[in-house]
Amino acid sequence: MPRGTHTRLYSQVSGGFLRGIPCAAPTQHPRPRLKSPRVHGLLDKRLIFVTGKGGVGKSTAAIALGMLAARRGLRTIVAELASQERVQLAFTADENGARDAAAPKHFVEVELAPGLFTISIDPQHAMEEYLRVKAGAIGQALGHSRLFHAFAMATPGMRELLSIGKVWELAQLERRTRGAASYDLVIVDAPASGHGVGILRTPRTFADIARVGPIAHQGRSIANTIADRSFTGVVAVATAEEMPVNETLELLEAVRGERLDVDAVILNALYPQRFEEAEIDELRQALAQASEPMTRGALRAAVSEHARADIQRDQRNRLRDGVGQELIELPFVFADHMGADELQLLADALEDQL
Amino acid sequence: MSIATLLEDKRVCVCAGSGGVGKTTISAVVALGMAAQGLKVAVVTIDPARRLANALGLEELENEPRLVAPERLASSGLMMEGELWAMMLDPKRTFDELIERVAPTPERAAEIKANRVYRELSTAVSGSQEFTAIAKLDELYREGSFDLLVLDTPPARNAVDFLDAPGRLTSFLEGRALRAFVRPTGMGMRVLGRGAAPLLGALRRVTGVDLLSEIAGFFSLLGDMTDDFSRRAEQVERMLRAQTTAFLLVSSAQTEPIDEAIWFRHTLRESGLPFAGVVVNRVHHDLLGAREPEDLAASLERELGGELGARVAANLHDYHVLARRDQRNIERLRGALEDSPLLLVPHLDDDVHDVEGLLRVLRYLFASEAERERMIADVVA
Repeated sequence: MPRGTHTRLYSQVSGGFLRGIPCAAPTQHPRPRLKSPRVHGLLDKRLIFVTGKGGVGKSTAAIALGMLAARRGLRTIVAELASQERVQLAFTADENGARDAAAPKHFVEVELAPGLFTISIDPQHAMEEYLRVKAGAIGQALGHSRLFHAFAMATPGMRELLSIGKVWELAQLERRTRGAASYDLVIVDAPASGHGVGILRTPRTFADIARVGPIAHQGRSIANTIADRSFTGVVAVATAEEMPVNETLELLEAVRGERLDVDAVILNALYPQRFEEAEIDELRQALAQASEPMTRGALRAAVSEHARADIQRDQRNRLRDGVGQELIELPFVFADHMGADELQLLADALEDQL
Repeated sequence: MSIATLLEDKRVCVCAGSGGVGKTTISAVVALGMAAQGLKVAVVTIDPARRLANALGLEELENEPRLVAPERLASSGLMMEGELWAMMLDPKRTFDELIERVAPTPERAAEIKANRVYRELSTAVSGSQEFTAIAKLDELYREGSFDLLVLDTPPARNAVDFLDAPGRLTSFLEGRALRAFVRPTGMGMRVLGRGAAPLLGALRRVTGVDLLSEIAGFFSLLGDMTDDFSRRAEQVERMLRAQTTAFLLVSSAQTEPIDEAIWFRHTLRESGLPFAGVVVNRVHHDLLGAREPEDLAASLERELGGELGARVAANLHDYHVLARRDQRNIERLRGALEDSPLLLVPHLDDDVHDVEGLLRVLRYLFASEAERERMIADVVA
């Protein structure tokens, strides 16, 4: 964020997305359906894996990216692999961030806003669907066999393959799901870094092990799709702290080891730079003299945040140097919870950079 | 309550929590504090920040605990009555060592390690870190050379993953489900009962023959070893359920980790595992009490000059949003925890990854309730 701007992403009114204002707001963003010049061309891809260390805001970044794509007229779906329905929850949380436990739907494509969908993918449902489509009645029988379930769920890598198989299906122009429309963009809220790379590798491994037969065929198709860099992109999300930066740099190496690349790095939760160094000295002096507890608290909070922003800047530079390209930056959100309004603001921030 | 009271007479402390909440730091602090009080403690950590690893002397990956030189700690003013040992887990190596230990001959172990199903199993598969972390814990537990083992669980999105993942892998290694399918002849059919033949046919059609035979190959290599895995799984189960084990949940005060903490607590109770309490890390403490940030704006502007004062006020306003959020989430957690202990650590000004940083957190965790409240009051005032 540019120096001196104090964007406060504090939501005054947070009515919950489904009751509130739809994000796509097509009237506000009359954009041509297809390509406008963009720095990264990221949204020109059809499949984007979003990964990063746990706790850095991977899901948040994935949704914000999805909102931006939808604004640009792309029919977009954000697919979660961890079966947590976080996207749906973020959109349905009430003003206190409390969630309606009955709301989330599993393995169903839910429309959150015009052009923006979400689905929560779990291996179990993915397997049942795969069997139904691939093997008809016999497949259905298999799908109901408990032994077979146990077999499929326990086979190493099978859960990952099934989940990524569904992602691949979503990204196809010809959907095998009957009556399903195609998507312009599928954004995958992928597992945390280590497993994130694993999931990109799994299809190839299966293709190699199985050699022939349907799984080999499926594995190969998916692997080829992932390897096609005009089709598939990888986005790493980090925060400006030591561990997430380390992990992102390691992820970069691992992804390149798979002959893929990280197309963009999103640096999330950056503090604004509110104060100059000289001002901080002034605030420290004021703190030494102040006696009123509230004033002291205010001054201390200012000095603390400045210290944290400083550390963040060092880590940001380290990440930028390591990545070797400009980072996409998202501001720290000073809000009670990450609701639809906050996500809108993050999508705005992405808009300027993508 | 202090961590020391929580862990009195415990032999194992499992630190669980969702990603990014500071689990590794808290694990290190717990181990350090207990060692300072006279115990011989080993902390098994997965992927510490480099500087923290250096601080603990973990530069070399040995996959065995090493003594943290007391001088490293003494120079920061911490006197060690006991011993702190630390190790960084290498999942692949732990898995390999497990196979070597269980295999009847070194040749068999080598064959298994070369098997492709095994290679996938021991590296890429989600759950392999959790499985090996538990395996290592079990090994150290049985060696019995430490008073207390502290396990920093692998980074996962949700805390509950840690409980599910090892079981999934163990059930694969035991091969209960699989053996029925992959046994080449006879038996498999009988186990499956009538209607199995078409099922097996369908399976071949769906998976392809090679995948099945590769898995069958893996299981014939494992042979009787699967019984050993079952036995180990039972031992681990007993260890985790023992009264001398404590699950310590680490969370931040943000909404999602708190939701996760509540859910984890629920799951532990359902599965009858011993829950010790929750550490809520990086709490933004309330600086204003009943007052609103707006009340302060005018006086800050007066004292500091309009423009700077306004920015300090804006910063306080933002901070206060987080403080209110944290307060509400902690209350929610407290309600769900009933009487279980809840220990708060304030949001410090920088990341913790050196011994000094650990000591700052340690002072909070190893203080009594009253001392902790006093320290927090100092931060606030």
